[in-house]
Amino acid sequence: MSDEPSIPAGENQRPTGERRRPAGSVGHPAQHSPVIEPPLPSASLPAAQFSRHAISRRELLKSGARGASLLGFGAAAGFLSGRESKDATRWQIDPNQCIQCGRCATDCVLEVSAVKCVHSYGMCGYCKLCTGYFEPEPINLDEGAENQLCPTGAIKREFIEDPYYEYSINKELCVGCGKCVKGCNMFGNGSLYLQVCHDRCINCNICSIATACPAQAFHQVPLTKPYLLRGKGASAK
Amino acid sequence: MSRVNTAAQASRMPWETQSSTTGWKTAFLSASLFARLLPALVLLLLLVGVGSVFGVERFPPPDFSGHAVPQLVVPNPQPRSTGWLDVAVLALGLAVASWLSLRQRSRRGVVILSLASLAYFGFWRRGCVCAIGSIQNVALGIADPTYAVPLAVIALFTLPLVVALVWGRGFCAGVCPHGALQDLVLVKPLKVPGWLDECLRVLPWIHLALAVLLAATGTLFLICKFDPFVGIFRMAGPRVMLVSGVALLVLSMFVGRPYCRYLCPYGALLGVAARFAKWRPTVTPGTCTQCRLCECSCPFGALNPPMPAKQGRERIASGRQRIVLLALMLPLAALLFGWLGGKVGLASLTLHPEGKLATLVQAQEQGTLIGTPPDELTAFRQHAADRLTVFARATALEARFLYLGRWIGVAFGLVLALKLARIFFPASSPDYETDSGRCVSCTRCFSACPYELLRRGQPVSLPSEGGNRGSS
Repeated sequence: MSDEPSIPAGENQRPTGERRRPAGSVGHPAQHSPVIEPPLPSASLPAAQFSRHAISRRELLKSGARGASLLGFGAAAGFLSGRESKDATRWQIDPNQCIQCGRCATDCVLEVSAVKCVHSYGMCGYCKLCTGYFEPEPINLDEGAENQLCPTGAIKREFIEDPYYEYSINKELCVGCGKCVKGCNMFGNGSLYLQVCHDRCINCNICSIATACPAQAFHQVPLTKPYLLRGKGASAK
Repeated sequence: MSRVNTAAQASRMPWETQSSTTGWKTAFLSASLFARLLPALVLLLLLVGVGSVFGVERFPPPDFSGHAVPQLVVPNPQPRSTGWLDVAVLALGLAVASWLSLRQRSRRGVVILSLASLAYFGFWRRGCVCAIGSIQNVALGIADPTYAVPLAVIALFTLPLVVALVWGRGFCAGVCPHGALQDLVLVKPLKVPGWLDECLRVLPWIHLALAVLLAATGTLFLICKFDPFVGIFRMAGPRVMLVSGVALLVLSMFVGRPYCRYLCPYGALLGVAARFAKWRPTVTPGTCTQCRLCECSCPFGALNPPMPAKQGRERIASGRQRIVLLALMLPLAALLFGWLGGKVGLASLTLHPEGKLATLVQAQEQGTLIGTPPDELTAFRQHAADRLTVFARATALEARFLYLGRWIGVAFGLVLALKLARIFFPASSPDYETDSGRCVSCTRCFSACPYELLRRGQPVSLPSEGGNRGSS
């Protein structure tokens, strides 16, 4: 910040180099009275040259433009607010259009994407060899990290009864990469799919992921029904 | 594929190469012959493998005797502020900024207001309720009847402009977090050469033109995508955003407000509005003695030296020259940039998802696509989307891009012509005056004026060499 300008000495002389101490100077008492005076009618700048006519024309044009602009802004604002609808919307992924390209994880404006994997348990086959959980060629069919498809280990696998296992998503760990979704949709029932989680989504004007989505799977859905869920028995909390 | 319409082939399509013999308009017509076969084809695809996409139960869910199948629970949308608090803070900030710069003439006040705005609009709201970005909402809202602009965003767009029409760019001075951030880190302002300054000041208009084109077509929000400082406000973001933000911040230590002057599209609009301002900051609170002390005090090149008005015949001749220049330049620039804008519009069609898809489908059908097919085509094939619909949409979109591109180009050309006219025929002014369009009301120049120091009761220090001359 430069509150005080640094002007080299010698640059601050008047062009004419002419200074006079005025009679009743109003300088600071502690100082030598500064050289302040009304502008001198010098040869280069005669006072009469700014004729009333020129100034008034410029002022007239300015106020005309000002009034026109104000009217324009008012009209535009009125026009737009007439279109404002009361129906609030939120962004959501249509799971049937999603191709699990992985851009949900990378293109969200949030540091960790608002898109996460959800699991419609009612549709799940509870498979022992879950293609959403395991690597394509797992070494063992167990919970070892080397066998898991999920890069953050966000899927929990729990034995229910032979040969059924239950899979659940840890939302804290899920980054929305859609790797498990791809596996589940390719060979399974498609009970794992991606959704915009509205506790995190900040509902941008134009969703950054939507513009990057190659399948155009992002849509604005009504706020009253903000999820596009598969199967039955899903509820919002 | 039969060639039905050769005239359609000859028409200009951005994705058509000269050598191609089957343009997709031809394909569009000929493919309708296959429309009858389409249902059977779709059924076949559904049977083969598309079922997986829609979640077919390959493995029937088990019936557990002793285990309850959990329900999927999804979080409810958070109630969000409607933005009226932001509008209220903005209105208050604008009022205080105008009062501080015009009535109070206090640099300290403006700095404190900048800090407060930076904290609220920058770090608290994370830079994402923003008058600069609201241009895009307004553009899309005007172009697309189905897009509803929130009332708060309309207010956010209009308020600073209306204030600029009356009191100048108080918004830039202390309300905009982008301006505040750059202004607060300015340590050693270097003077940008006049010619470079004038050239660079065209950039905001280019930014504005592209942003309006892309927003009005619903392609993307360019201003938000390439906003340099939002990454700093959020302390996170894409690498490009963070690197450009820090680079611009380092630059703004030595060049006054580089984003505001040479990039900000909203600043360009505010500058025009402020030219018609009723009141504006004046360097001196009294009369100007032309002591030249304020000359170097503006870090933003917004302080104009006195410009004597031409007299008599010279003045009439100059007025005539100006009219002739404008009469020649305005239509010429409008035509030239209208044509150029149309070209840019067509070229940016591929940025739109639907335009991109049509281009890719076209390229694949012609065999000009090299390498692995992109995700767009994978999705297109996987869902057996109707190529005729894709092409029809792209055609409609293309016309829209061309139309908008041309008119935005015309407007850009007119702005450029008026800018040139202002450079060749500067307005006369008797004293050192702030350039009403460029002045951001930062109030730095005030403390350079001896009259202002007298008004404040501060000591006026004049260099002895100049001060002693002519005295007793």
